[in-house]
Amino acid sequence: MATPDRVSYWNKTRSLMFLMLGLWFFFGYVIHFFVGPLNNIVILGFPLGFYMAAQGSLIAFVVMLFWFARKQNSIDEEHGVSEE
Amino acid sequence: MATTTTSGGGDFVSNLGRIYTIYTGGFIAFVILMAILSAAGVPNVIIGYMFVGFTILIYAVIGILSRTMQVGEYYVAGRRVPAIYNGMATGADWMSGASFVGMAGTLYLLGYDGLAFVLGWTGGYVLVAILVAPYLRKFGAYTVPDFLSARYGGNLARFIGVVVLFSCSFTYVVAQVYATGIISARFLGLDFNVAVYVGLAGILVCSMLGGMRAVTWTQVAQYIVLIIAYLIPAIWMSTVKTGVPIPQLMQGTALANITALETAQGIAVNHITPFVHGGYNALNFFLLILCLMVGTASLPHVLMRYFTTPSVREARVSVAWSLLFIFILYFTAPAYAAFAKWTMLDLVASGLTPDNIAEKAGWMMRWAAADNALVQICGKAAIDTAAIAAACAEQGVTNIGFANINLNADMIVLATPEMAGMPYVISGLVAAGGLAAALSTADGLLLAIANALSHDIYYKMIDQNAPTARRLVVSRVLLVVVAIAAAYVASTKPADILAMVSWAFSLAAAGLFPALVLGVWWKRANSAGAIAGMIAGFGICLYYLLGTRYGAVGFVEMWSGLSTATAEQLAKFEELKAAFAAAAPDAQAAAWAAFDKHAQTIANWGGVKNLSAAAFGLPVGFAVMYVVSRLTKEPSHELQEFIEEIRIPRGKTIMEEKTA
Repeated sequence: MATPDRVSYWNKTRSLMFLMLGLWFFFGYVIHFFVGPLNNIVILGFPLGFYMAAQGSLIAFVVMLFWFARKQNSIDEEHGVSEE
Repeated sequence: MATTTTSGGGDFVSNLGRIYTIYTGGFIAFVILMAILSAAGVPNVIIGYMFVGFTILIYAVIGILSRTMQVGEYYVAGRRVPAIYNGMATGADWMSGASFVGMAGTLYLLGYDGLAFVLGWTGGYVLVAILVAPYLRKFGAYTVPDFLSARYGGNLARFIGVVVLFSCSFTYVVAQVYATGIISARFLGLDFNVAVYVGLAGILVCSMLGGMRAVTWTQVAQYIVLIIAYLIPAIWMSTVKTGVPIPQLMQGTALANITALETAQGIAVNHITPFVHGGYNALNFFLLILCLMVGTASLPHVLMRYFTTPSVREARVSVAWSLLFIFILYFTAPAYAAFAKWTMLDLVASGLTPDNIAEKAGWMMRWAAADNALVQICGKAAIDTAAIAAACAEQGVTNIGFANINLNADMIVLATPEMAGMPYVISGLVAAGGLAAALSTADGLLLAIANALSHDIYYKMIDQNAPTARRLVVSRVLLVVVAIAAAYVASTKPADILAMVSWAFSLAAAGLFPALVLGVWWKRANSAGAIAGMIAGFGICLYYLLGTRYGAVGFVEMWSGLSTATAEQLAKFEELKAAFAAAAPDAQAAAWAAFDKHAQTIANWGGVKNLSAAAFGLPVGFAVMYVVSRLTKEPSHELQEFIEEIRIPRGKTIMEEKTA
């Protein structure tokens, strides 16, 4: 079953997974390590560090998932493994 | 699958948009009708009854209409649920009574540090989408242990999966039944013990007749009720305070005002300051996020929702929709909390004394009268003006400050309508929303437990030849038995149950996550590795949870070297130990209580709160699974082919059910 196409499909899928994992780690953790300095920037009353935890990262997660669903689907189609 | 055609099923799915639009319109009309009745002088109790009664009636009707006797419909709703509706159902399934009732309250009390819950409970869906859900959907399981059994060859892996599933889901469902009991008791004026069983009846009508199919369509209806009920008070407060009906945006203004008021009132710990509230230092803040995220990606009642979509592709899109619907509530929660806190700070700033409190904030006394622990002023239950005056006089307080008022996290959302002076109809709406949140989660959890017991234990392990009809009967009987057991436990008001809910995340994360993820992403993972990894991860996690909570004294004695306790705290430990040993028989219980209480504060490894026990269980689970897999034989050729098949969306589900 491990045809070249399958191998390339899985490599692309795996790269996408690691990219998503990286973004997840950035918005889930890295950005919040800097909450102190970010809080010095205030927009519309929001300290930026607080904003990122209350809304910013959440928005990023939602957008990421819709993008992921599209991207993975195009990988499926490209390799002829999408569902009929 | 031979179960795709059901009476009127196809019609129903194609008409979903119209049906739920009419339903939403009907619900809004109902709320307006209630507002008119309330204005016309109908008493509050009646309004409360109508809100609770009407919504439960709707859920029951949906449940009865969706009854089924087909296995595929019962376990996975025939795999015909479109992505967007499955997203809504998952939203309701996911957001528990605690999310609805407790989250904004926690944010009110913990400020920035409470945001760990918001981040953890949303970011987890990224892991669900990229690592787990699409592959489980392709596999075509009915339950999570089904997958473990197929991937790790045999019933031992299945059985351990069921044990983990049961231990994380049961405490969770007890908490939901407890929440329905609390809400029914408060708004219907029923005795708590009766209210618990009323809530139970509401849960059972939705799930028993139609299994997953009925639960799916009621959860969609419940999502609509709960999100309307959550948004309206927040929009109301935002409009009253700032003139702009977008609470999420105007939260910035609220935060600026909170900080200004806090400074003016000399409150040292600011709402927006990170890592200072409730013992959440940076380490515990980030570990809690990790445990909640990974737990989300391992909780069986959430994962099984993605078994119901028509395709792998839809499963992925469905996770995105789920997160969007969950996001709508979770990004409102911090705004809700900020507006509630602003309102309270304003109230205090206007000069609150025991003399004028009845006039300015009579709601506090009503809530304190309902339960002593909910509102305390100057350290005593604020039952009436005299009690407040006496308590404050004792402490020498003439002007009641913000710090003198102690509100319970779980009452803040329910009390906000009164706090902000909204009409009673909004309180009724919030109660209906809280009930919808608790009922929908309870349904999902009960179904996860009953399915695991009936499908995995009874059908797969005890009687593989059981006819379909008998399997479904067994499933329903087990559902009722588990539900009654949950209601019984809830009716004893176990003090720790709410704390235990957070444990479910750590237990699921440590017990299931490594086996699920490596099962898909690492072909070399084998049966011995998975079994060892699940036992080790779950075991360490359980040991840490129970040890630090119920065996704190022994835990400290064994691990004092790893604890972050200071020398003084350890000295106090020895002192209390000596006091307990020397105590007279009649004083022994009190001495032990003091000793144990102190031990609990220092029983830890490296200062990690027991809420984040998966911080240990998760790495141990992964490490053990890796090492044992490496040391034992690699999986058979057939199994590796099987993993290849799971990884691509095309083709049939792997586990075609030979039934119906």
